[in-house]
Amino acid sequence: MIRALVLTMAGVFGAGAAWAEVIVLQSTTSTQNSGLLDAILPQFEAATGHEVRVVAVGTGQAIRNARNGDGDVLLVHARAAEEEFVAQGWGVERFDVMYNDFILVGPATDPAGIAGSVDVVTALAAVAAARGVFASRGDDSGTHKAELRLWSEAGVDVGGASGGWYRETGSGMGATLNLAAGMQAHVLTDRASWTAFGNKDGLEILVEGDARLFNQYGVIAVNPERHPHVQAEAAQAFIDWMTGPEGQAAIAGFDLQGRQLFFPNAAR
Amino acid sequence: MLLSLRVSLLAVVFAALIGLPLGAALAVGRFPGRRALIILVNALMGLPPVVVGLLVYLALSRSGPFGVLGLLYTPTAMIIAQVVLVTPIIAALTRQTVEMLDAEYAETLRSLGVSRLASVPTLLWDGRLALMTALLAGFGRAIAEVGAVMIVGGNINHVTRVMTTTIALETSKGNLALALALGAVLVILSVLITGAVSMAGMRSASQEVRHA
Amino acid sequence: MREGAAFRTDPRLLEASGLRLSKQGVALLNIDKLVLDGAGPTLILGPNGAGKSLLLRCLHGMIQPDAGEVRQGGRRLDSLACGRQAMVFQQPVLLRRTVQANLDYVLRRQGLSRMARAERCAELLDMGGLAPRARQWARSLSGGEAQRLAVLRALACDPEILFLDEPSSALDPASTKAVEALVRQAHERGTRVVMVTHDVGQARRLAGDVLVLHRGEVMEHTPAAEFFDRPRSRAARCFLEGRLIL
Repeated sequence: MIRALVLTMAGVFGAGAAWAEVIVLQSTTSTQNSGLLDAILPQFEAATGHEVRVVAVGTGQAIRNARNGDGDVLLVHARAAEEEFVAQGWGVERFDVMYNDFILVGPATDPAGIAGSVDVVTALAAVAAARGVFASRGDDSGTHKAELRLWSEAGVDVGGASGGWYRETGSGMGATLNLAAGMQAHVLTDRASWTAFGNKDGLEILVEGDARLFNQYGVIAVNPERHPHVQAEAAQAFIDWMTGPEGQAAIAGFDLQGRQLFFPNAAR
Repeated sequence: MLLSLRVSLLAVVFAALIGLPLGAALAVGRFPGRRALIILVNALMGLPPVVVGLLVYLALSRSGPFGVLGLLYTPTAMIIAQVVLVTPIIAALTRQTVEMLDAEYAETLRSLGVSRLASVPTLLWDGRLALMTALLAGFGRAIAEVGAVMIVGGNINHVTRVMTTTIALETSKGNLALALALGAVLVILSVLITGAVSMAGMRSASQEVRHA
Repeated sequence: MREGAAFRTDPRLLEASGLRLSKQGVALLNIDKLVLDGAGPTLILGPNGAGKSLLLRCLHGMIQPDAGEVRQGGRRLDSLACGRQAMVFQQPVLLRRTVQANLDYVLRRQGLSRMARAERCAELLDMGGLAPRARQWARSLSGGEAQRLAVLRALACDPEILFLDEPSSALDPASTKAVEALVRQAHERGTRVVMVTHDVGQARRLAGDVLVLHRGEVMEHTPAAEFFDRPRSRAARCFLEGRLIL
């Protein structure tokens, strides 16, 4: 009965995802909120005829969704988790696509005295020492993983400060930035999300340019041996295009307020 | 905006197809476990949308029992999630309405030779004003809902992005003015639909008392 | 006058035997034998709590007695098939629909065609003087009109027996008269009328025979002509003299 109902409804809506040329891209909020995907995907669709449907969540959730088979291709930024995904056989192969960088944003009044620093680890230690409010994604996203790595390098145990000066939002980058603006908190964000963010309200970039703030994006096709239903050919076409000259040029050509946000660096 | 309407209206239609008979059965039927079922349905009115979203996600995911249908990230998935959310509301309010009406009608209908089962359509029809309010309550929950449709719909542009998920997205981009404007549109839309139905209901209600 | 064979085939003949009903140890009905033959109308008199309404509901098959059985036309009451019996209650419960839809509801259950239903509906409305109210919401009728509609609805399917449970106890004299007129018409058309009332005057106006109930038992069952002159039971005498009976 339920199945019949579901099938009927699937008929009503043309069972969208079943078309061969439609692929689901599990990606991150940074690529969507910045407007990058809106800018470059139409070019891919025009070039290949495939349609891309974007589900924008944190990197951790994107990888879990892909592992469940609920996507054909991943575009995320957490290298270690991506390599594990491939090593466990869920993904075919990982390719570098592009990079940008993280920045440490905080109140313009700079209570921890870190503005202009190029050493993010020292700056974070200073924030912790000053008990400056810090808003963390807390959602296992790529940005969250990067942030935790930096805290650990700074020798700060943020777990103990959780709920105190260290506030985990459990939300996307945008929601976390809104929260940071409201609380005048420090926050680690990717530069693209920050540039595109419209509610900066008293926050500004305090630390940037540290090599440890490098933010690499990778693309992986979901393994059809694990999930036979995936659109492997279209997924491969997407990867080929993104890492090929057309896609790389499209990424380089995307700018916001006259500023390039993503830098193509595919190996090919 | 049209997608919002289509998803929520269809969800209410399917929820009504389940909830009205279920509510009426709970009101009129006498079977073991009825009381427990009524308590359950009443409790389910407060189902957290995110939990529903998660459950429907797990069911429709490629790794889930209904994965082969390929429904995740489609409007159909959103409708299913909203049906799960709305059905208990419609069923519980229907149960209450029909039970009250039945207390009044039972003797008369029995005398007219109408069996308990056959009295259900009569009770539903004569309770139509109150039931319309139940459907509106369901519609209100459906159209305002964001957590569940975000998870099972994926908020895919032009495919599963509805008013509420657009508002959530624009808020996360920091475009608060745009989000607020969209919110206003959603509120107006909801008020218009609720208002239209209520007006129709009040008109027929006032006809009832005009000569009293 | 022993026309037993003829009566037994009369589908309107009502017989109750061994009727017992009690609640929490209190006997509410205790009737060994009750035969409603004759033309009626039968008026049931008795003080509050005498079991009048209960008896009516037992005869109508709406309440299962603890013991005993009710037969109509020699057959057990199996189901309340519309067309055999109908009942008018003290408080009319009208459907939340128009006046004519209330009648149509009953007619449609008989499987009449649209034409036949419209015809019968118009006929009934005329009979009850409700034709101008046909399209009005039934719930907006006055108390008297509402009770008239309830009687018409009961008559819609031409019942063999019509039960009425104090139908005019809440009505003014004009409305009472209108309801009584309808009851009389039904009686003249051959419907067997069984009516509970509180009102001795009403019993005088309508009764063919009178049944007095007291504490769940039948005190007497007498033709009307005889009853009002020479009541047999003490309860009936008290009742007629307007004294309190306990």
